This record gives sequence, C-alpha cells and structure tokens, in this order.
Amino acid sequence: MSTTVLPRVNYLNVRTTVASWLLTKDHKRIGVLYMIVVALAFFLGSIFAAGVRIELTTPAGDFVSADTYNRLFTMHAVFMVFFVLIPVVPAILGNFAMPLMIGAKDVAFPTLNLMSWYIFVIGFLFTIAALVLGGVDTGWTFYTPYSSNVSASNVLLAGLGVFITGFSSILTGLNFMVTIHRMRAPGMTWFRLPLFVWALYATSLVMILGTPVVAITLFMVVLERAFGFGIFDPRLGGDPVLFQHLFWFYSHPAVYIMILPPMGVISEVVACFSRKNLFGYSFVAFSSLAIAVFGFLVWAHHLFVAGISPYSAMIFSFLSFAVAIPSAVKTFNWTATLYQGAIWWRAPLMWVFGFIGLFLVGGLTGLFLASLGLDVHLHDTYFVVAHFHYIMVGGAIMGFFAGLHYWWPKMTGRLYSNALATSAAVLVFVGFNLTFGPQFILGYLGMPRRYHAYPDEFQVLNVLSSAGASILAAGYTLIACYLLYSLWKGEEAGANPWLATGLEWKTESPPSPHNFEETPIVNEGAYEYSKREIKVA
Amino acid sequence: MPDGIAAHADPHGHAHHPALQHHFQTLDQQHEAATLGMWVFLVTEVMFFGGLLTAYLLYRVWYPEAWSEGSLDLNIALGGFNTVVLIASSLTMALAVRSSQIGAQRATVGWLLATMALGLTFLGVKVIEYAEKFELHHVPGPNFVYEGPHGRQVEIFFSLYFGLTGLHALHMIVGVCLLSVITFMASRRRFSPAWYTPVEVSGLYWHFVDIVWIFLFPLLYLVDRAHQFA
Repeated sequence: MSTTVLPRVNYLNVRTTVASWLLTKDHKRIGVLYMIVVALAFFLGSIFAAGVRIELTTPAGDFVSADTYNRLFTMHAVFMVFFVLIPVVPAILGNFAMPLMIGAKDVAFPTLNLMSWYIFVIGFLFTIAALVLGGVDTGWTFYTPYSSNVSASNVLLAGLGVFITGFSSILTGLNFMVTIHRMRAPGMTWFRLPLFVWALYATSLVMILGTPVVAITLFMVVLERAFGFGIFDPRLGGDPVLFQHLFWFYSHPAVYIMILPPMGVISEVVACFSRKNLFGYSFVAFSSLAIAVFGFLVWAHHLFVAGISPYSAMIFSFLSFAVAIPSAVKTFNWTATLYQGAIWWRAPLMWVFGFIGLFLVGGLTGLFLASLGLDVHLHDTYFVVAHFHYIMVGGAIMGFFAGLHYWWPKMTGRLYSNALATSAAVLVFVGFNLTFGPQFILGYLGMPRRYHAYPDEFQVLNVLSSAGASILAAGYTLIACYLLYSLWKGEEAGANPWLATGLEWKTESPPSPHNFEETPIVNEGAYEYSKREIKVA
Repeated sequence: MPDGIAAHADPHGHAHHPALQHHFQTLDQQHEAATLGMWVFLVTEVMFFGGLLTAYLLYRVWYPEAWSEGSLDLNIALGGFNTVVLIASSLTMALAVRSSQIGAQRATVGWLLATMALGLTFLGVKVIEYAEKFELHHVPGPNFVYEGPHGRQVEIFFSLYFGLTGLHALHMIVGVCLLSVITFMASRRRFSPAWYTPVEVSGLYWHFVDIVWIFLFPLLYLVDRAHQFA
C-alpha cells in the first residue's frame, strides 16, 4: 500500500489555514464544508431516531414521556429533512462534482455559493438553539393552528431556522441553473451533459419554484406566533388547511429535491460499472424534468383526509399515479443498462443495487397511498412512515453513498477498502429492510404514527424494527471508519480509478484549485464506454 | 506554490478587462450569467410573494365584505401618491441604465441618486401610513381594535396588508442599499459601455419591486372604491 504524500498543488493543500477554508470560493471546498455540517446534522438526527426506537421497543410509554417523544420525532425529522436530505446530494456532491463535470472553473457565482453555506449554517444554528432550549413538538410539518397558537415549544426558532435554510437552497438552485446554462465547456452540448447534471438542473427548478413558497408560509406562521397576526387562525375565520396546501406545495416537491440528485448519481455509477452507454439517455434526462414538473401537481395527496373536495382528490390521486411513469422510466433504463453489461463489482455499484431495490419498494407503496380508498385506511399509520423512509433513506441516502463512494477518490485522492465498503452496503441494506419492512405491516395492521405507546400485539414487529435500526447504525459507523481511515492510509487513487468517461476524471485527484489546466473541449457523449478498449478487473 | 494559481489570470498575455472574474472566459459570458441569475432570482421572488397572494385570494373570495371594509380604511391619497413615486423611480432607473450603456458617467450617478431619493420618499410615506394604522389600533395582534360588522375577518385583511406591504418595503430597503453601492461604483467610474452589468442587474431588481407595488396597490387599496366615488 503506497502512502506517499501528494506533493502536487491541489484544492486541499493549496492553503491550509482555517480562514482559507471559511473564506473559500472554490466550489470543491464548499462541497466539503457542506459535508461537515450535514454529517453533524445526520449524527444529531440519528440520536433522536435512536430515542424513538428505544421508546418503541416496549408497548408502554416508559422510556420518555409523551411530550418528550413528540419532541424526539420532530427534531429527528427537522434535522434529517432540512439539514440532511435536502442538501446531502446537491450541496455536497453537486457542488463538488458538477462544475468539474461540465468543464467549468467554478460555479457562476462563487461568492454567492459561499454565502449559501453561511446561510445554511445560520439556519442550522437557529435550529440548534431551538433544540437546546427544549426542542419542538409540532412534527416537522408545523401544522397550524397547533404550531401557530397552541404549542408551548420553540416553534419560532425552529421555524426561523428552516426559513433561513430555505434561502441557502434557493440560492444554490439559482447558482446551479445559471452554471449549467452559461458555464459549459466548448462542445458540452445539452445532450452530452452527464445525467447527474440533468438531474441537478431539474432539482434546481424545484428549488427555485418551490422553496420560496414554504419560506413565505413559515414566515406567516412566524408572524402569527411573534406578533399575533392571524392568517391561519380559525378564531378569526382563517383556514388551517390553507397552511397545509401552501406547506405541501413545497414539501411534496421537496421529496424530488431529495430523490432527483441521487437518481442522477445512479445514472453515472450504473453506466460506469456496467461499462456501457446508458440505455435511453434522453428518456432518462427528460424523465428528471417530468418528475420535477409532475411533482408540483400532486401536493394535495397529503390532504386526502383533511376534508378537501372529492373531485380535487380524484385529480390529485390520478396525478400522483402519473409520477410513477417517469420514475419507472428511470428504473427500467438502469436495469436495461445493467443487462448484458460487463458488470464490475465495486462498492459504488453495491449502493446502486441497494438504491434500486429500496426505491422500487418505496415507489410502489407510494401508489398504495395515492389510491383514495386505501389512503383512508393507511393515512397517519406506520405504513406512511415506512413508505417515505424507503424513498428518503432507501433512495436518497443510498444514492448519496453511491455517489460518495464513486467520487471519494476524486475528492480526497485516496481509495478506501473495497471489501469494507461492500460489507457496509450489505449491512445498511439488511439493517434498513429490517427497520422499515416491519413498519409496513404495523401500519397495515393499524398502528398510528407519532405515539409513544402502543397495544401489546404490535411489540414483536417493533422489536424487529428497533433491532434493524441498530444494524443500520453499525453500518453507518463502519462507513465513517473506513472513509476516515482512507484519508490517513488510503492508497493513492490516481486521476481515474474507475476508468470512467466524465470530464471530472480527466483532471488530477484531488483536482487543482482551478479544476483543469486548460479548458477541456468535448467531442462525444457522456457515456462512451463502448468506444474504449479498457479492460477492468 | 500560490504561483500556480496566479498563472491562470493571464495565460496568453492578453490584457483582461479588470471587471472580468477569473472563472469566466469573456465579459459577455459574465454579463449573460449575471442577468440570467437575476431573472431566475426574480422568479423565486414571484413565488415568494405568490404564497401571500394565494392567501389573499382565498380570503377575499370568502370574506368580500371584510375586504371592502378593510380596504376603505386604507389611505388612498398616500397610496396613490406612492404609486406615482414608484413609477417615476422606474423611469429614472431606466435612464440610469441607459446612461451607463452609453458611457455618460455623471448622468448615471445623477439618475441613480434620483431613483434612491424616490425610493426613500416611498418609504417615508409608508412610515406615515403605518403610524396612522398603529394609532388606530389596526395593527393585527393582541391590541387590534376594529369596530365593524366583520371585525375579525378585517384582522385577516390587515394581517395580509402588513405582510404584503411590509415584505415589499423590506425589498425597497434592500433596493436602496443596493443602489447606494452601485452609485458609489458609478461615481468611481467603474462602468463603461463595455461593462455596465451591475447597473442593469440592479435595474431589473428595482423594476421588479415596482411591479410588485403595481399589483399591491389595486389589490389592497382599490377593492371597493367604486361605491365611494359613485
């Protein structure tokens, strides 16, 4: 194992002071900065999840009080949704890789990019303050009038935290969109763009059109709580369901902010480790846009039992089913890419397999919930909890790890242990299914979500679920161990350890501060693996 | 080692325009990126105000009488005056952009100062209006008082009035700050026919804030004025 120091100037060693990191405008460093904060948020969110799972191992509410339990699941979701799932792929991997992939020196607005990170950190600190002062008990959805008029917890601080963080997301989306439009290298036409870039483009669209709406909605809740304004207050004739509409107008598309970028990662990794051109490139590209557009037209499926008109419910049900089409296009095209490919069994591909399996289950159970009749039975049960964890953890987090394992050698210049990474993927896959599989059954049997106690008959499945959560925790810990170890003693990766086709692999690992010694010129599509006579192990 | 970084600035020995940032190839590319960025930002602003306007629309349909009462309580003279002020400021802003495009440096500074003066006038009038509402206890919250058949729903109207105009005023304040930076840059002769992007981009923002008011004025002040003047 070679552990020679890397003497070359790269983005990591060009300057090493703390100030050089905190004032950096380099998109690659900003990606790393995001990774640090997101990892912290993930750790916090996991602690709360552990609290929830410990409470639920016994039917009696004996570990924490009902009120503490409410705060546990709320803080779990607030950290995981707003500070992990939404930024995890676009802000970390997108910031690091996207400008490299289109052959640019940086994003269009580097200062704005750094500002976005600071806004993110300020929002995070507000939320931490809410946590330190006792947490929030409204659920991450902040439903009115409980959040605006009743709850005695720190809704104001957490709401402001999420409001502020929203601007980080908006500005990142804006930056990416302008970058993809204006900063592509010569010859990098739209249909030569890697599919990760297409996915980020679709994500930016959702960030730009959706996030401002949730920002203004939370702003209205803040006005109600802080100044006694009455916009959703039923005592004045205000409508709490209006809040739900406005909230889900963003928060449903937000699911696509979480899942579209990992889908882009999957396209990159599948093509690379099948050594094949991606099957149906333009269909996969446009399916990202289709998901972004359809995603805006399905929000009311969260309100099926909130008393909305049955006719609008039918339309929203139909449109929710329609989202399955572009999602299926992607899944079929990935499997078609694998078909007759020269499969190269490496760790990133293991995470892709995990993603495809879990996303499939999550996606199909989404159709159950989109059916009006079934939703009445399943609404607010553990079936819903299991469904969205299959999408958001099984999909988004598995996709993130696929991308992290794929680009880690590029980011750090080091290789991690393939054997350990493969075992971690298996461990997480098994742990995940054991955690959330039983929850489908629990929900179907009628166990409601968000209660700290439950009837005895649900205990076996809950114990299985908590056991699975510990396996999951072991899996995540293992990842942290071997990745950190690779920084210290990892083998040097070289420019292109996966023999991949993207522009990011044409520069050194880690890349120089300005990405490319000279601006690359592109004259072929993104996945021309078939043209290459490269033998892989 | 930092030499490696400095080398990018001038690889071919060409003299670059001082405003050209290192990651762009040409000033044109930089200009296009900046204007596209501002347009996209304005789209996010439309969505931002859109949330409040959706609430406005719903409650206006539900409570037309309360909307009529609340609207009649607003000071149409001050609101109308402010509308004229803002339209005038859009003209001076457009003239500032034009002056910077043709390289008329002093005129640019003059028009920018005029725009800022009009913006500050608008904000001053807004303060008078808010003070009036405050004295009448028309600010929503625990001290809200409204004698009338639909008092409670009128409180929703005033919540939206303060939400919308307050947010708009905040955008005006940001706009004036932005213009003061641009005016300073213009007075240092930073702009030329080859490079006037910051003036144009701030102009886009300023016009957008004006247009928001052009919507807010009729939506808030003119709900049911026909009876008043009939």
